[in-house]
Amino acid sequence: MKMKIVASLFATLVSSATLAQVAVTDPWVRATVPQQKATGAFMQITAPADARLVEARSPVANIVEIHEMVMDKDVMKMRAISGIDLPAGKAVELKPGGYHVMLIDLNAQVKEGDVVPLTVVIEGKDGKRESIELKAAARPLNSSGVMPMHKH
Amino acid sequence: MPSIHCAARTAVRTVFALLAAVALTACDSTALQFRNTDITGANFGTDFSLLDPEGNTRSLSDFRGKAVMMFFGFTQCPDICPTALSRATEVRKLLGDDGQHLKVIFVSVDPERDVPEVLKAYTAAFDPDFLGLYTSVENTRKVADDFRVFYRKVPTGGSYTMDHTATSYVYDPQGRLRLAVSHQSSAESIAADVRILLQTASSRP
Ligand SMILES: [Cu+2]
Ligand SMILES: [Cu+2]
Repeated sequence: MKMKIVASLFATLVSSATLAQVAVTDPWVRATVPQQKATGAFMQITAPADARLVEARSPVANIVEIHEMVMDKDVMKMRAISGIDLPAGKAVELKPGGYHVMLIDLNAQVKEGDVVPLTVVIEGKDGKRESIELKAAARPLNSSGVMPMHKH
Repeated sequence: MPSIHCAARTAVRTVFALLAAVALTACDSTALQFRNTDITGANFGTDFSLLDPEGNTRSLSDFRGKAVMMFFGFTQCPDICPTALSRATEVRKLLGDDGQHLKVIFVSVDPERDVPEVLKAYTAAFDPDFLGLYTSVENTRKVADDFRVFYRKVPTGGSYTMDHTATSYVYDPQGRLRLAVSHQSSAESIAADVRILLQTASSRP
């Protein structure tokens, strides 16, 4: 009995400790043309324990939402969703054709090469939230999002 | 290539009658072997009347002599539209010198936000030769219907996004609708098909 309590306490400690190690790799934003008021941000997120991306913020946009893009037959649909599940140890990709962080009502043009500050908020199973500050590089509008040397 | 097949067929005709029949079929159909969906003879999307960013009225017949690839979308799209236009850029590169015989047209389904300056800057960011076209809100619906393109405004976060058909259409140099290209199609498959359309047109008497 005592062992079990210790074990579960240990598990709790481990999960809150590992939550701090959520890895976000290759964050990028699609550059815009002048007067274009919205764009998308993309990245890969790996959480060591089950967690969820619940919020994103950026000073460059007045509205930031988490979006999902789906194809319904030949029709593209994009919707705001409440969050994205991050299963333990699995790299979840936010990429063209799937999930993205939508930057709406941009304050200014996002130019190629700009560094866009982005904050993502990850919530653990225990409800604890962690904010991760990112610097997303603005890639050309015509970027496919696929890094040439990044072959799988 | 068909000529080799056909020569071989002639040589072995008397012995391998069945094989010859198969080869004959292959020779006849090679010219129309598209990798994207062949919609030759479609009774929709025959023409349009839209405005370019300079305010000139444009129609499909302005581009006779060129293959035309046409796509409906909106510039605030973070996803499908940039991907489709990047692919079109790639298609023109793959075509090499023939790339100049392919006109890429982007028709806005969101004319309220895709004002001429935005439309022009947007298409030029992919390729200065791409042409963005638009019309009034009411006419946009009519043109989209003519092309069997679906679109719809969907509110999101105090703003809105657009659901829209992600299919591109390809016309031959005579201005006839020939291919429907899905969002998943590769630049290579489109380039191969456009090449066929350009060659078929130039070999015509
Ligand atoms: Cu979006
Ligand atoms: Cu789109």
